[in-house]
Amino acid sequence: MNAPDLGKIVGGPKVPRVDHVLIAEMVEAGSRVLDVGCGDGELLQLLSERKGVDGRGVELQRDKVNACVAHGLSVIQGDADRDLDNYPDQAFDYAILSLTIQATRQPKNVLENLLRIGRRAIVSFPNFGHWQVRTKLLFSGRMPVNDNLPDQWYLTPNAHLCTIRDFADLCELVHANVEQAVAFNAYGARLPIKWSLSMQNMFGEKAVFLLRGPGLPPANR
Amino acid sequence: MTGASPNLAPVSRRHPQVDTPSSPVVHFDASAPLRLACQQDLAPFSIAYETYGELNAAKSNAILICHALTADQYVASRHPITGKPGWWDNMVGPGKPIDTNRFFVICSNVVGGCMGSTGPASINPKTGAPYGLTFPVITVGDMVEAQARLIDYLGVDQLFAVIGGSMGGMQVLEWASRYKDRVFAAVPIATAAWHSSQNIAFHEVGRQAVMADPEWSGGNYYAAGTVPKNGLAVARMAAHITYLSEEALHRKFGRNLQDRSSLSFSFNAEFQVESYLRHQGSTFVDRFDANSYLYITRALDYFDMREGAGGVLANAFRGTKTRFCVVSFTSDWLYPTRESREIVQALNAVAANVSFVEIESDKGHDAFLLEEPTFFATIRGFLNAAATKRGLGAAEARK
Repeated sequence: MNAPDLGKIVGGPKVPRVDHVLIAEMVEAGSRVLDVGCGDGELLQLLSERKGVDGRGVELQRDKVNACVAHGLSVIQGDADRDLDNYPDQAFDYAILSLTIQATRQPKNVLENLLRIGRRAIVSFPNFGHWQVRTKLLFSGRMPVNDNLPDQWYLTPNAHLCTIRDFADLCELVHANVEQAVAFNAYGARLPIKWSLSMQNMFGEKAVFLLRGPGLPPANR
Repeated sequence: MTGASPNLAPVSRRHPQVDTPSSPVVHFDASAPLRLACQQDLAPFSIAYETYGELNAAKSNAILICHALTADQYVASRHPITGKPGWWDNMVGPGKPIDTNRFFVICSNVVGGCMGSTGPASINPKTGAPYGLTFPVITVGDMVEAQARLIDYLGVDQLFAVIGGSMGGMQVLEWASRYKDRVFAAVPIATAAWHSSQNIAFHEVGRQAVMADPEWSGGNYYAAGTVPKNGLAVARMAAHITYLSEEALHRKFGRNLQDRSSLSFSFNAEFQVESYLRHQGSTFVDRFDANSYLYITRALDYFDMREGAGGVLANAFRGTKTRFCVVSFTSDWLYPTRESREIVQALNAVAANVSFVEIESDKGHDAFLLEEPTFFATIRGFLNAAATKRGLGAAEARK
């Protein structure tokens, strides 16, 4: 077996992902954070450097977990669908799911768990309502393949793609309070907050939602 | 406690390492008995140990390594009987993942063992004869209590880390549960929070093999001047299979024949795998006491962290501040990943700081003793990060 090239997976100066930068802005300094689907630990590193958080991660892919732990991050090999049930209520200030919800088997369950485990949940996802996705489907009649959705339909881990509108509906269904919702265009620029949900849904390539679980008071700070 | 070894006449067929180990040994006299789980007191008792590296002025850089069933305190030094390098020589040493330039490493022989810590082969001072089967049944918890005495003796208040694989991992879990303030970081490797029915079954086969050997003499072979070599060797052979994997056996031996080109229609060790197992069995009996094997396997069978925790494993760790790194190996069927995951789930349930990696390896349970680059990188990375948190100087951290 070849060891993963740890240097390639984590570390080295990197430009942080735009959604990560936004998440880092949302998170209070010194808070307790669980990053579900933490991948190579990029967001945990960023949160630890910029906000001094006490961060934990869950990641499905073994080589990524090993790389994270080898770089000193507290990460477990696990599955958002299976392993969140064990965490106690409000064990974290923030439970984060970054570009992962679309790859879970039971997104509603996962979201409910996030809202239970964290005093706040932060969820980012690729928006399937983006105009390029719509035009691709409309004119070519094929599933879109682009930087945001890089895999062919038969290779993609994404099982539950949704639009910003769909996600807002799910939040309502599970009685989550949307404290903040930000969409990014294809160039990584934030769309104006004042834009309507339809406009965000049309021009947002990715979205980040800051959510508060049902029954939790609005003021966390 | 005293610094000198008890001056007793050597009893035949017992290895001198039992009474006078090559390593340092601390003796706890009758005024400081070890209260065992079976409610008996063990006194006096001795703990033989090795240390590597230097304890810093703040006494904050001590790592306790807990050994597995048949290992001993010689984690990174030459074994006094076999002359082989330490059993974790690749992991522990200057510049190695458990870096003795940086950490003060302690490893002690478990109580019940036969390399200088008090065990069934030791002389019972009340009778002047070896304990044999009059030695009290010990538990993994008892091993940890004995180690805690040693750690007190060495003047260490909080261990920076407790690390161990297999039975060593069980001791790590007991340490983290019993001494929450004394363990900064814990690394249980290839282990479980309770011994499975299958594992008890394998141990029973081993014990029955020892007891079926007439040379065992009801456990009094020391007086009889015999050694139940055949029984102990069979026990070791059976156990050794559980430490490997089918894939590793196949890769190493396949159906290859030993020193011959065709079958000889006999019961000689015709296959390489037979020859290998016989070798494992016969070398083992030279360094290990058969009664120690019975007692330590029993301690493992009794191991269940849920007991004393109201049947819920998570309760054993409630309130823990320790940083955990749980490690399992894909091909380990003795302590499979599933059992490590149960530990992780219990730790998550109390919101503990836990990392968990499953290392891909086809080498079975023994993988934890072997050079596995990803495993080594994991241990090194985890310890570096924990050392930084503990204020042990990140600058010294090696890549």
